[in-house]
Amino acid sequence: MSKANLLERRSVVASLLAERKDAIVVGGLGASTYDIAAAGDHDRNFYLWGAMGGAVMIGLGLALAQPKLPVVVITGDGEMLMGIGSLATVGLQKPGNLTIIVLDNECYGETGGQASHTAAAADLVGIARACGIAEARAMTTMAEIEAFSPSLQDVSAGPRFASVKIDAANLERALSNRDGTFIVNRIRGALGFRPI
Amino acid sequence: MPFSLFRKPWLALQSRTEMHPVNRLEMKMHARADVTAENAASWPEEIFAILQRFDVRQVPYVPDAGHSQLIERVLGASSMRGIALTTEEEGVALLAGAWAGGQRGVLLMQSSGVGNCVNMLSLTQIFRLPFLTLVTMRGEWGEFNPWQVPMGSSTAAVFELSGVKVLRASHPEEVREVVEAAAGQAYNACTPTAVLLSQRLIGAKDFTK
Repeated sequence: MSKANLLERRSVVASLLAERKDAIVVGGLGASTYDIAAAGDHDRNFYLWGAMGGAVMIGLGLALAQPKLPVVVITGDGEMLMGIGSLATVGLQKPGNLTIIVLDNECYGETGGQASHTAAAADLVGIARACGIAEARAMTTMAEIEAFSPSLQDVSAGPRFASVKIDAANLERALSNRDGTFIVNRIRGALGFRPI
Repeated sequence: MPFSLFRKPWLALQSRTEMHPVNRLEMKMHARADVTAENAASWPEEIFAILQRFDVRQVPYVPDAGHSQLIERVLGASSMRGIALTTEEEGVALLAGAWAGGQRGVLLMQSSGVGNCVNMLSLTQIFRLPFLTLVTMRGEWGEFNPWQVPMGSSTAAVFELSGVKVLRASHPEEVREVVEAAAGQAYNACTPTAVLLSQRLIGAKDFTK
C-alpha cells in the first residue's frame, strides 16, 4: 500500500457526482457510503450500512426498473469481491444505464486495513470484462475521472465498470441516514411512487 | 424401483432413455423431467397467472427442475424479466433495488439456496420489503440424496429466524390459493413471505433410472 500517485477517495466521488442530475447512486457499506454522503445528501442516494456483497445487485434491480435513469454503484474492493458473481449477472443482463465504480484501496479499511485480494492478484477490471462488461477500465488520474463523469448520464452505452486505485487513508466518517425504510421510501418518493 | 413411488402422473410420458443435452435447465443435476406439453403440470401455470395479476416484473432465479416450467413461462413473457443469478443472495438484493425503483419481483430458488441468502435477508426487515420467494423443496418426502437433507430440514426455520413468513403447498390443488395469499401479504402488507413448494408436490427425483 505504498504506491505513489494514488487518488484521494472523497475527491474522486465528488468529481463523479458533481453533475449527477437525476442519477440514483448506490453506496456500498463502509467508506463508500460515507464518501457519497460527504459529496452531499440527496433524495436519490441509496446508502448501504450492511448487506455486504449486495451493492451491485441493488443497482441492477434499480437499473432494470428505471431504464431511463442513470444508476451508479460506488463501492469498495472488499464489498465488490464478496459479490463478485454479480458482475456475471450484470454481464448477462447488460443494462445500458448502470455504471459500477470500485474505489480500490486494496484493503479492508473499516476493519483495520487487512489486505484484500486486489492487493496481490485479483484484477477487477479483467474480471468485469471477462464477465461480459466490455466497457471496463482502470482510472488513475483525476483528469480521467473528470473525463469519465459525463458518461454516467448515457443510459444506453452501459453497463460500465471502472476501478479507481485510491489511497488507503481512513478518513473521518461522514455519517449518512441509516434507516433503511427512510432511505428507500425517499428514493421511491423522488421517483414519484407513493407509500402503500 | 422404490423411487418410482413418487413419480407423478404428469411425468408418465417422460422418456427413460432419451437425452436432451441442449436443454439448459437440465444442467442442474437433479432435473426431474423435461417440460413438454404432454407432461406439464397445471400448478406452475397457475403461479405464472398470479404473478402476472400482481404485476410482477423482475423474476430472479437460480434454476431448479421444480421451477423449470415456470421459468420457461417467465422467460417467454414480455411483461417479466427473468434474471439468472450466480447465487441466490443476489436475488434478495436485486429485489430491494427493484422495490426502490418501483417494480415488484419474486425470487425463485430451491431449498438449498435459502442458506445462501441468510445475511442478505436482513434487507427484508431493514426496508420492510414486499419480498416474495417461491422455494422448491429438496431433502424431504422420499429424498434419495442425503446431501440435500440438512438444508432442506432447516429451510423453514431459517426463514422464520430471518423474519420471513413461511407458507407451504404440498398438493397441486392448494398451490393457487397458497401463492395468492403469499403474494397478497407480501405486496399489499409488505410482509416478507416464502412459499415452500413441497417435494411431495413436485415429486422426488428418481436417481435410479
